[in-house]
Amino acid sequence: MRTLLFLLQKEFRQIFRDRAILRVIFVMPILQLILLPNAADYEMKNIRLSVVDHDRSEYARQLVQKITSSGYFRLNSYTASYADAMREVELDHADLILEIPADFERTLVRENEAMLFMSLNAINGVKANLGGSYLRSIIQDYNREVRLHWIQLPRFNPETNIEITSSNWFNPEMNYKLFMVPGILVILVTLVGSFLTSLNIVREKEIGTMEQINVTPIRKHHFILGKLIPFWILGLLVLTVGMFISWVGYGIVPVGSFFTIYVFAAVFLLAVLGLGLLTSTYSDTQQQAMLISFFMMMIFILLSGLYTPIDSMPEWAQYITHLNPVAYFIDVMRLVVLKGAGLYEIRRQLLIMLGFAVVLNGWAVLSYRKRS
Amino acid sequence: MEREKVITAKGLTKRFGDFTAVDAISFEVGKGEIFGFLGANGAGKTTAIRMLCGLSIPTDGEATVAGFDVYRQTEQIKRNIGYMSQKFSLYNDLTVRENIRFFAGIYGKSHQFIKENTERLLDRLHLQAESNKQVKSLPLGWKQKLAFSVAIFHEPDIVFLDEPTGGVDPVTRREFWNMIYEAAESGITVFVTTHYMDEAEYCNRVSIMVDGRIDALGTPQDLKQQFKAESMDNVFLKLARKATRGE
Repeated sequence: MRTLLFLLQKEFRQIFRDRAILRVIFVMPILQLILLPNAADYEMKNIRLSVVDHDRSEYARQLVQKITSSGYFRLNSYTASYADAMREVELDHADLILEIPADFERTLVRENEAMLFMSLNAINGVKANLGGSYLRSIIQDYNREVRLHWIQLPRFNPETNIEITSSNWFNPEMNYKLFMVPGILVILVTLVGSFLTSLNIVREKEIGTMEQINVTPIRKHHFILGKLIPFWILGLLVLTVGMFISWVGYGIVPVGSFFTIYVFAAVFLLAVLGLGLLTSTYSDTQQQAMLISFFMMMIFILLSGLYTPIDSMPEWAQYITHLNPVAYFIDVMRLVVLKGAGLYEIRRQLLIMLGFAVVLNGWAVLSYRKRS
Repeated sequence: MEREKVITAKGLTKRFGDFTAVDAISFEVGKGEIFGFLGANGAGKTTAIRMLCGLSIPTDGEATVAGFDVYRQTEQIKRNIGYMSQKFSLYNDLTVRENIRFFAGIYGKSHQFIKENTERLLDRLHLQAESNKQVKSLPLGWKQKLAFSVAIFHEPDIVFLDEPTGGVDPVTRREFWNMIYEAAESGITVFVTTHYMDEAEYCNRVSIMVDGRIDALGTPQDLKQQFKAESMDNVFLKLARKATRGE
């Protein structure tokens, strides 16, 4: 017990003496939490639109105006030739072409229907998809207006018309930040937990103090606890700082309790620290540890459901996400922050995370050797 | 004078795959003795030391250190030895005092013991003024003297020094050896490897390793007679020339 206190005292002294590490721990998360949610925006804005207008009528102009005033589109060019517009796409000046045929107004008024043509640059599939559906819904909206204002409808509409209205639960304003910020916070906590722990231990190997420690009677579990406890505390500290920023910067206050978040985070950090420990036992230099951590981080982030929903991944990828501790924490964070889930509702994730913690730490302890 | 044996090795061997780093070495070291462990680079000195310190499991042979077995009782061995490796291995980002306190603490020394002996040590090393500075700001020679002092701070039976004076100026080397003598006089057995043959002359007995084997063992006087050489330097050269292992 006394040995552990000496180890902890040394560890905290070293951490708080290293300004670079402190910056990484506190300044980086703050910057990332301020930058990333604002930059990694799910909503597409400024989609560059080229309009090919063969009609040049009042209706066509109204339509274009409605589209550009929506805020999602920026009119890049307005020509009468499809070839010109296509050229704009080829030069990557435009993402989307809307072609209005020559008799647009006439057929719309006379025959009560008209055709429009939409071309999408699908190099960026997400942008093409979203741009297309935004444009479609604006045109539909316009269609409704036209029918209301200009066309006399009989009192009883012969056409069957089903209109869908939806209400968004748990995030009524569809504020994507409410969705992203808790997720990004999880990534930050993971970084502190796994990267810093493994780098710290491997650094001792590199500078030779590890060998010095290994010739002392320090018990294996004391040494490991001496490394885990400081970073466990730091992880919770980063989480706290992050939640404070979420509140100040984005007005995010969990619907559920902080207690639930901290209980899960405490177990999650144990798992992640175990992973860091395991990385360190398998690497001899900081570069190796860095590469291994980086590789794992990439998979953790991309298969976590942070950016792309897990439900839309192929089945095999969904199985992999079951092995990703980060995916569980992101899931839990969203459940607690947006839906107000309590410990009972997240018991499955909590148990799985406990399993991760036991297996990873057990493995790390077994593979850590004081002698070769 | 027959001394109590604190280190015994019999046929101690370490193989890494096909390579035999240490080839069946046998020797004994008595209490309070300064035992020089010489050999060219790659002769197997560090591997031998690592086995004796419980850092490396021997492949074959037997050895006891401070009365404990190197296979089964490594943790007891560790409690009774000090170790100073080739690499400087105090914490550069801790102060002189913090380093002393940390290492004494993990050997289980009491606060009272640490407090009293820290002041005595700082006085002796003339480090009082620098005691609250981080170790990285000290010159190499001072660092080495501090590392040695830390290695024997917990009053071990034996201290293993692996090339403690590498890269240190002659004056500091002299001071360092005075510290080794003091330690030996206080009853600590000193097991030291070195490249400097003048240092070999300071040892009570020396062994010379060539290609993983001990080719010569005795007092510097005996060895010089045996190999008909006027200095340890010549003894070493005669033996080392036979080495087939490269650097």
